[in-house]
Amino acid sequence: MPQDSAERRVVVTGPPRRARALGHYRPRTEIDEQTTLGHTYVRSLMRSQLRAALTAFAVLVLLVGPLPLAFAAAADGRLEWAVLGFGLYAPLVLLARWYVRRAERNERDFVRLVEDR
Amino acid sequence: MNSSYAVPAVALVVVATVLVGAFGLRVSRTTSDFYVASRTVGPRLNAAAISGEYLSAASFLGIAGLVLVQGPDMLWYPVGYTAGYLVLLLFVAAPLRRSGAYTLPDFAEARLASPAVRRLAGAFVVGVGWLYLLPQLQGAGLTLTVLTGAPDWLGGIIVAVVVTATVAAGGMRSITFVQAFQYWLKLTALLVPALFLVLAWQGDGAPRPAFDEPAAFREQRSVRVGDSIDLRLERPLTVTVTGTVDGRSHDAARLRLAAGTHHVARGTRLVFDRGTAVPAGARGTDDALSPSRAESRSKRPLYATYGLILATFLGTMGLPHVVVRFYTSPHGVAARRTTVAVLALAGAFYLLPPVYGALGRLYAPELALTGDADAAVLLLPDRMIGGVGGDLLGALVAGGAFAAFLSTASGLTMAVAGVLTQDVLPSRGVRHFRLGTLLAMAVPLAASVAVGGLPVADAVGLAFAVSASSFCPLLVLGIWWRRLTPPGAAAGMLVGGGCALLAVAATMAGLPGDGALHALLAWPALWSVPLGFLTMTLVSLATPGRVPTGTAAILARFHLPEELRNERAEVTP
Repeated sequence: MPQDSAERRVVVTGPPRRARALGHYRPRTEIDEQTTLGHTYVRSLMRSQLRAALTAFAVLVLLVGPLPLAFAAAADGRLEWAVLGFGLYAPLVLLARWYVRRAERNERDFVRLVEDR
Repeated sequence: MNSSYAVPAVALVVVATVLVGAFGLRVSRTTSDFYVASRTVGPRLNAAAISGEYLSAASFLGIAGLVLVQGPDMLWYPVGYTAGYLVLLLFVAAPLRRSGAYTLPDFAEARLASPAVRRLAGAFVVGVGWLYLLPQLQGAGLTLTVLTGAPDWLGGIIVAVVVTATVAAGGMRSITFVQAFQYWLKLTALLVPALFLVLAWQGDGAPRPAFDEPAAFREQRSVRVGDSIDLRLERPLTVTVTGTVDGRSHDAARLRLAAGTHHVARGTRLVFDRGTAVPAGARGTDDALSPSRAESRSKRPLYATYGLILATFLGTMGLPHVVVRFYTSPHGVAARRTTVAVLALAGAFYLLPPVYGALGRLYAPELALTGDADAAVLLLPDRMIGGVGGDLLGALVAGGAFAAFLSTASGLTMAVAGVLTQDVLPSRGVRHFRLGTLLAMAVPLAASVAVGGLPVADAVGLAFAVSASSFCPLLVLGIWWRRLTPPGAAAGMLVGGGCALLAVAATMAGLPGDGALHALLAWPALWSVPLGFLTMTLVSLATPGRVPTGTAAILARFHLPEELRNERAEVTP
C-alpha cells in the first residue's frame, strides 16, 4: 500500500527520470533505466494482471452469455424475473472482490521480487 | 396527483443540492481542487459519489417504465449498467488512475503523444456526454409535468440552471459531496415507498399476474388518451370507445379491432374489459425514436438482447462522467477498491426498480398504452396507497427523481465542460471552465426543448453503444497492447464510434422501415464494437513505424504499483 505522503502527489507526464538513487537493488534500477531486462519485468507484471482480468472476464461471459438463450428456451417468465431482478448482483460483486484480491496479490509479489524483500 | 407535497420535496432537494455544493465551494481553492478534488477522496466517499452520479434518470424512472411496457427482458439494462463496472474494474480502473490524466482526451494524448487523437477523443466525449444529458433533462421535464402539469420544458430548465450553477461555482470537490449525498437520497427515495408498496400489494392479497406475459388489466379500466397514439395489436381486441379511432368517431360503441395498427385520436376514452391484454402503444411520430419499442424487438429479440448486453457491458468504461471520477482516487489500489464498492452500491439500488416495474404492470398497466410509462415510479404510491400517505411517498419519490437528474447531469456537465475548456476554448483556467460549463449545458437543453419525447432509458442505451464502440477499444488496447499507434487509434474510434453514431442517428430519424436492417441499426453495438477493435488493431499493425517512442515507459507507469514509482523520487537522502 502506498503511504499517505504519496497520496497528495499530482503526477505530471514527462520524460523518464535519468537520475536514480544509488544502492538500490538491481531490478529496480533496470526498470528505472528502461533496459531490456527492465521491460521484461514490467511485461511479466502486465501478463499476470491481464491473466487475472481475462479469467474474471471469462467467468462473467460464461455466467451471463447463456442466459438470454436460456430465457428464450424457458416458457416461464418467472425465471427471468428472478435471475435478472435479484440473482445476478451478488455474483458480480463476489467476482469483483476475487479479482481485486488477485490483482493486489500480483502487485505485492512483484514489489517483493523487484525489491528483493 | 396531489402536488402540495411533491413540489416542496423537489424544492427541498434542489436547495439541499445547492447548500451541499456551497459547503464544497468553501474548501475548493486551487485548480487541482476544482477538477479532481485534489485526489484526496477516499474509497467510501468516492464510491457513494460515483454511484450517486451513475444512477441517472434512466435508472430511477426509465427501467421501471421499460419493464412495465416490455416485461422482464428490459431488466438487462440494470444488469448491464452494473456489469459494465465490473468490466471497467478488470481492464481499466487501476491503470487509468495511474496514467495520471485528468480526462479521456488527456489519456489519449498521454498514451499516444498525438494532439490529433486527443482532439478526436474530445469530440467523442462531448458527443456521448450530450447524448446522455438529453434524457436527464427530458426526465426532469416529465417529472414536473406529471407532478404539477407544468409545461414539458420547465423541469429541464430548472435542472440545467441548478447544475450549471453548482458545477461552475464549486467544480469537482463540491460535486463529490453532492453526489455522495444524492446516492443515499435516491436509495431512500426508492426503498421506503417500495416497502410500503409491497405491504399494500400483500394487503391486496398478493396477486401474482405481474409476472405474466403480456400484462393484463385486472379490472375494467377506462383510459383517456392524452396525445393521439398508434395502438399496435398482435391479436384482435375488443374495447369500448368514446371518441375517434382510425378516423371514425364513436360514442360508447363496442368495437372489435383487428390485429394491426390503429390510430387513436387525442381525447378518446377507451374502456378495457377485465383480463384484456394491455396493447403496446406509441405516440405516432415518436415511435421511430425508440429502438427497443420498435418491431425489431419482436422479430429479433435475441439479437437485440445481446446487442444491449454488449453495449452496456463495454460502454460503461467510456462514459465521460464515469471515467473522470477515477482521477479523484488517491492511487490505483484505491481506484480498484472504489469500483468494488460501486458495484455493491449500484447492485443494491437496482434491486428496487424491478419491484416498481412489476407492481406497475399490476396497478397501472394503462401507462404502457399512453406512452407515459416513465412516470410509473412517480404514480404508483398515489395509485396503490392513496390519501396523505400516498402523497407523502409520492413526494419522496419525486425528490429522489430530481436528485437523479441533478447528480447525473452534474457529472456529465463537469466532464463535457472539462473537455470544452481544455481543448476548444482558447486559454485554460477556472474562468474559462465556467464558460465551458454554460456551453456544455446549453446545447443539450436546446436539443431537449426542440426534440422531446425520447424514452429515457433508450436514449441512454444509444449513448452506451457509441461509447462502447469508440472508447472501449481505445482504453483496452491503449492499456494492454504495446503496438497501438496514433493512426490506428484514430481510425478505430472513427470507424467504430462513427458507425455507431450514424446508426443511432439513422434510427432516430426513422430511416429504415423495418426488418433485419432496422435491427442492425437500432442495436449497433453487436457489429460496431468488433469493428472498432478490428480497425484499431489492423491499422496499428499496418503502421508499425508510428508506435510512440515512449510507449514502454508509459505502459510501465500504467501498471507499476505506486510504491515503486514514488520511492524513486523520495529516497534521495
